[in-house]
Amino acid sequence: MKQHDVILIGGGHNGLVTAGYLQRAGLNVLVVEKNPWVGGAATSRDTGTGVTFSNCSYVCSLFRPEIMRDLELPKHGLQIISYEGGAVFTRDGDYLASYRDHDSHRREFARFSARDAEAYESYARDVTRQCRFIQPLLMRTAPDPVSFKPRDIAELLWIARRFGNFSAEEMAATVRFWTMSIADFLEEYFETDVIKAYLALSGIIGTALGPMSPGTAYVLLHHYMGEVDGSVGAWGYARGGMGAVTQALAASFTAAGGTIRTDAGVAKVLTKGGRTRGVVLETGEEILAPRVVSNADVKRTFLKLVDPADLPDPFLHRVKHFKMRGSSGKLNIALDGLPDFPALPEGSRCAMGDMHFTDSVERMERGYDDWKAGRWSADPFVDMMIPTQLDPTMAPPGQHFMSCFVQYCPPKLEGRDWTDADRAAFAETVVSQIADYSPGFRDRIIGMEVRTPRELEAEVGLTEGNIFQGELTFDQLLFNRPVPGYAQYRSPIPGLYICGSSTHPGGGVMGAPGRNAAAEILRDLRMHPKEMRPAHDVL
Amino acid sequence: MIAARPQPAQGHFRTPLMETPFHPRLAALAETNDWYGWAGMKSLHSVYDEELEYFAIRSTAALFDISPMAKYRVRGPGSEAMLNRLTLRDVRKLAPGRVHYTAWCDDEGHVLDDGTLFRLAPDDFRLCCQGRHLPWLLDTAEGFDCTVTDETDEVAGLALQGPCSFAVLAAAGFTGAETLKPFQLRDFPHEGGRVTISRTGFTGDLGYELFVAADAALTLWDRLWSAGQPLRLKAIGYNALNRARIEAGFIVAGADFTPADQAIRTDRVRMPDEIGLDWMVDLTKSAFTGRRAIAAARAKGTLKHILVGLDIADNTPAEGAIVYHRGKREAGVVSAAIWSPTLKRNIAIASLDRPYGSRLTDDLWVEIYALRELRYAKLMKPARIVPRPFLTLPRRSATPPGRF
Ligand SMILES: Cc1cc2nc3c(=O)[nH]c(=O)nc-3n(C[C@H](O)[C@H](O)[C@H](O)COP(=O)(O)OP(=O)(O)OC[C@H]3O[C@@H](n4cnc5c(N)ncnc54)[C@H](O)[C@@H]3O)c2cc1C
Repeated sequence: MKQHDVILIGGGHNGLVTAGYLQRAGLNVLVVEKNPWVGGAATSRDTGTGVTFSNCSYVCSLFRPEIMRDLELPKHGLQIISYEGGAVFTRDGDYLASYRDHDSHRREFARFSARDAEAYESYARDVTRQCRFIQPLLMRTAPDPVSFKPRDIAELLWIARRFGNFSAEEMAATVRFWTMSIADFLEEYFETDVIKAYLALSGIIGTALGPMSPGTAYVLLHHYMGEVDGSVGAWGYARGGMGAVTQALAASFTAAGGTIRTDAGVAKVLTKGGRTRGVVLETGEEILAPRVVSNADVKRTFLKLVDPADLPDPFLHRVKHFKMRGSSGKLNIALDGLPDFPALPEGSRCAMGDMHFTDSVERMERGYDDWKAGRWSADPFVDMMIPTQLDPTMAPPGQHFMSCFVQYCPPKLEGRDWTDADRAAFAETVVSQIADYSPGFRDRIIGMEVRTPRELEAEVGLTEGNIFQGELTFDQLLFNRPVPGYAQYRSPIPGLYICGSSTHPGGGVMGAPGRNAAAEILRDLRMHPKEMRPAHDVL
Repeated sequence: MIAARPQPAQGHFRTPLMETPFHPRLAALAETNDWYGWAGMKSLHSVYDEELEYFAIRSTAALFDISPMAKYRVRGPGSEAMLNRLTLRDVRKLAPGRVHYTAWCDDEGHVLDDGTLFRLAPDDFRLCCQGRHLPWLLDTAEGFDCTVTDETDEVAGLALQGPCSFAVLAAAGFTGAETLKPFQLRDFPHEGGRVTISRTGFTGDLGYELFVAADAALTLWDRLWSAGQPLRLKAIGYNALNRARIEAGFIVAGADFTPADQAIRTDRVRMPDEIGLDWMVDLTKSAFTGRRAIAAARAKGTLKHILVGLDIADNTPAEGAIVYHRGKREAGVVSAAIWSPTLKRNIAIASLDRPYGSRLTDDLWVEIYALRELRYAKLMKPARIVPRPFLTLPRRSATPPGRF
């Protein structure tokens, strides 16, 4: 049996990124994944409908191009396709569309307000300015502000210099941005409800906060920081579904000589004398290696897979209080034809993008109120897309995959667990909302996969079903993610690392945590592989 | 079930480039078919031949569609005070029936845009500019007794420029136009309505700008066109106009400076003094937006840039070239450059980092990369700072105007 230098617990995209870099650096890496497939929250599978779903994540923008390039993902089949558009249906039978073309976008906004149409430009500029500050931090390990190691001090100075270059106004704008609610932020630019509702989505997705909660403006930034081929803020589809990202990562990893074992859930991390020794699988099989990297979230890793006796109490306390509240659900629907939305004019490409039915921030906030009360909402906030309009590989001709992400779906229902009947009732709220705007919609449905936080936790291992392995609020970012003093992918146990979205810079199919973790592990091994090329200059 | 509510306005996405009110006439003349989008409107880079169109501006008369310019109307008893708060120059000194070139800044004194302000009547103004500023104008108008409306789509605009432009107006029956002095405007009857004609333009030549309700655009065009044919009137595109405006030393927002509301990099913004608009700043008038910042920058000497005109040796236009001091130290960048056919000089507008261009004005060099049949000729040419406008034509300001 070959000796492994590193064992990776979990084959999510970040785990596969870490594994890919380490393997290419010359280490012998084994990935053990509990599911029969790899991918975590970035998978595509046909659940028996004949149509392939992006079962969890469904759109791609954040995934760092440096990683695609370093790990040669295009060679291993990855293609990201840009799409345009987006629309919010309004309750009076109209809609607000979003277009790529600058002037079409302006004219569409001008249908609602001449002022808002022109305000969009300064809004986009201000958000882009904030991105410029934050984006370069993505592909760097966050400095530990109290370590006093030369490297941390240098990194802190680097950030301080960037901050120091700010004018007083910029400084004020940035601090406000990091702490404001998305509703308040949008209010400073726009007067039209439906425009604010459309733009507010990115502030609340995957977050157990409402659009009126402070901190949600920053969440917007997290979703704006991505790019498709240099077009910042643009989103695309992975051809074949989001699983294409992890399939390409897995192919790249195995082509480099790495090994993946699926159906191999880890029960415990083995330690000896306070050092990592390997893992025990749920079957009882022991696999030894001097280094173990966990792609599972921080709670699962340290509260379930590690013996608490091996961890300092303050660390455990922080892990327990890391916020990972489940707040999202998803319906994946197979359709035997493209649904009709009579409100949308013929030929509008806006239907290629994300479509919503929530035409006011107020309605979103009500959805959040339901979540707080431990209910799903009767008026759910749905982010709906039909990627098969552009992707020919996911459904037989004529059939379609519709992805409906639902923000605000509680992990528990008024304190009790979800039942299958609850899940069906939750799904019905979404279907009936779509059917309100699309006659004959129900008749088109040939199959459906419904996911509440219960299913997300069971399948992907996301504690409480939190889609980002921990909320993206400012108190849980940078050197505070996941735990102060342990934001550099190391843990209190020598030889045990974490690389998932629970770490800096956070969730989304981005790969940056995985790459940064690989860089730290290689640093500990005093290795400097040429495969890890410097991050691109951004913006 | 929610019933769809279709409206005609929803279909705009089918024509991302809209047609200006003059489009049927331009489309009929467009030989090069060199269309581009100017603020979302179909416009022409050239109509038949860029070179020949330039000579129409300088030798006969040229007609250029300026309808895509943003046009805002400010009306009401508080409009003068509002515009005085907004802009750099003193609007109280702008008499009704006059136009002035002005600019406006944000609170930090960084230029948002430049444009022309037309005082149509004591309480009625039109502001013409490149960028869109409705939210800024509405915010400024708060507390002033005035209204701000966007009339970009409702009002069509034409620039009639060149030594024969007055002769064209006269032949078209605009009697009295001969008394218009530079920067003066007046209404003239047209087809039961009226057209506002101002003696203004972007070419440094004799010229006029005409504004008319969009639905009267075609009859106005036809009136000028038929009167203008014997006078060799030509329709022109932006490229020819751009050459003329460089000779005249005019700057273009988004090209020669980055408007403060568009700059993503916050160090790329410019104060008026940094783009040659210092003469506009009237610190003696009532408070205006940016005043304190501009005064402070002047007092503390913290101005960082300067905009200069350059006369460059050799004949290769220096578009986009880097400017060096002593051929070594980077001193700035050229934002616009042409070989001037009228001056027979190689001219450029450049943005320099002070003290280059302010204290250090000698020994400037321009590095021009000229791609010649798959090989770059790298030319390092001496450049001299010269005053703008590069070209001053007496016919531009003569009243009454000449006929050619
Ligand atoms: C419904 C949903 C929609 C989303 N939509 C988007 C989107 O459109 N765009 C976007 O960018 N992001 C989206 N996200 C977020 C994004 O998918 C995640 O942040 C990201 O995929 C997480 O990747 P990861 O590698 O960090 O962790 P994960 O994907 O969580 O991977 C962890 C892996 O570890 C495995 N594992 C866990 N425990 C064990 C164990 N004990 N033994 C062995 N293996 C184990 C899991 O099975 C899993 O494969 C969405 C997430 C969800 C859930």
